Amino acid sequence: MITLVLEPEPKAATSQAATSMNDDTKISVRDFDFFYGAAKVLHGISLDIPARKVTALIGPSGCGKSTFIRSINRMNDIIPEARASGTIAIDGRDVYRGDTDVVELRRRVGMVFQKSNPFPKSIYDNVAYGLRIGGMRNKRQLDDIIERSLTRAALWHEVKDRLQASALALSGGQQQRLCIARALAVDPEILLMDEPASALDPIATSKIEELIYELKDNYTIVIVTHNMQQAARVSDRTAFFMLGRVVEYAETNAIFMNPKEKMTEDYVTGRFG
Amino acid sequence: MTVPRHFDKDIEELNHLLLRMGAMVEDAMARSIRALLERDTVLANEVIARDDEIDRMEIVIDQKTIELIAKMQPTANDLRFVATIMKITPELERIADLAQDVCERAIELNREPMLKPVSDLPRLAHDAQAMVRDALDAFVRGDAALARKVIAQDDNVDALTESSFRNLLTYMLEDARNISSAIRLTFIGKYFERMADGATNICEMVVYLVEGKMIKHTALAAADE
Repeated sequence: MITLVLEPEPKAATSQAATSMNDDTKISVRDFDFFYGAAKVLHGISLDIPARKVTALIGPSGCGKSTFIRSINRMNDIIPEARASGTIAIDGRDVYRGDTDVVELRRRVGMVFQKSNPFPKSIYDNVAYGLRIGGMRNKRQLDDIIERSLTRAALWHEVKDRLQASALALSGGQQQRLCIARALAVDPEILLMDEPASALDPIATSKIEELIYELKDNYTIVIVTHNMQQAARVSDRTAFFMLGRVVEYAETNAIFMNPKEKMTEDYVTGRFG
Repeated sequence: MTVPRHFDKDIEELNHLLLRMGAMVEDAMARSIRALLERDTVLANEVIARDDEIDRMEIVIDQKTIELIAKMQPTANDLRFVATIMKITPELERIADLAQDVCERAIELNREPMLKPVSDLPRLAHDAQAMVRDALDAFVRGDAALARKVIAQDDNVDALTESSFRNLLTYMLEDARNISSAIRLTFIGKYFERMADGATNICEMVVYLVEGKMIKHTALAAADE
């Protein structure tokens, strides 16, 4: 059972990592702690994630970046003994407030995982899934949204003649783009991507990266990646996590060309052991 | 905790190559000054003959640098180091070319009667030489303060070039037979000034390497911010 420690008012930034770089802030995180039982895995995370930009979270395994990204749409709620404190506000409203509609939150904040997870249904039904759950029955409306979502996910031309074929017959890279289309169908504002290309070959990876680049015009994207060159290629900002803390959060160029923290430098140059 | 990387060996090797090239360039510059001041044609010819070695060195460093970028995709201080090497190497090669030019003019001067001593020119040559030496020291030690000091000396070298030119101009006005030598010496003054410019460019890259700041084309005041 999850216990949430709720903060009635968002607190002012206290951490040095709180950085606002004069952009529209979409997600504002303040003093966010996360615990699995007695173990504290995130310590005082404070950062402002800008709207319609790509923010990459990098750091060694176990540094808390996946826990953090899953906290944004409260995916961690399903983990027993997990609890959070501090605030994660989307458009100024704390998602951990007691009256948050978690289903609606997850519609606004879509998620794509490391391993693509299409349902054992047709390509069409996969993309239509969230819409039907939302009550949409109009075939024409569904058709339109499905075409638009698959087009945005750069998959339409590859599947338009076999929409009724099983999603499981698609290649790994196509399945991942299908999952992105499925997330886009319900018209989210934020896309969380937890290592979306780590299981893909270089060509499929580059398609996903191109797609991320295209999508940021309309969506706020947060991506966890172990591939630092990928973070450098696709993101506008990068946060370096280490032992549950944000060591440095800055423009991606600064992180990869002239990081301020020695620890960041050691990590991005591969000196870190 | 930092771990050793095989990339560090590549970086070390590149550093070593650049320092070898730097030593060769310093040597060429020192010999060109001696050949000029001592009217030593044999020495001047030696400098000219050795320039190919420096050119070959430049190619070796370029290839090694491009290889490192392709294979290692350097970031942060590694990236700044590789970028610095790429920008410094052609500066060094150019300084060596200018030393060669000094020697060519020196050989031509030796075929003509000696002009009255021009006091500014040896000073100019030695100041430019000191700047190149200090620029290389700043690179080796990663010393941005020394690099900035070298950059500040460039104005002094420019002033010496100008005064040496005025001096030579009076000789030309005095006696038309001086014109040929005086023009060659004017060229030589310009060569040393350009070597000092090369040292300045190297130092700007040293500041970038150490601090990540691009101070090129900005006033020193801005660089000191």
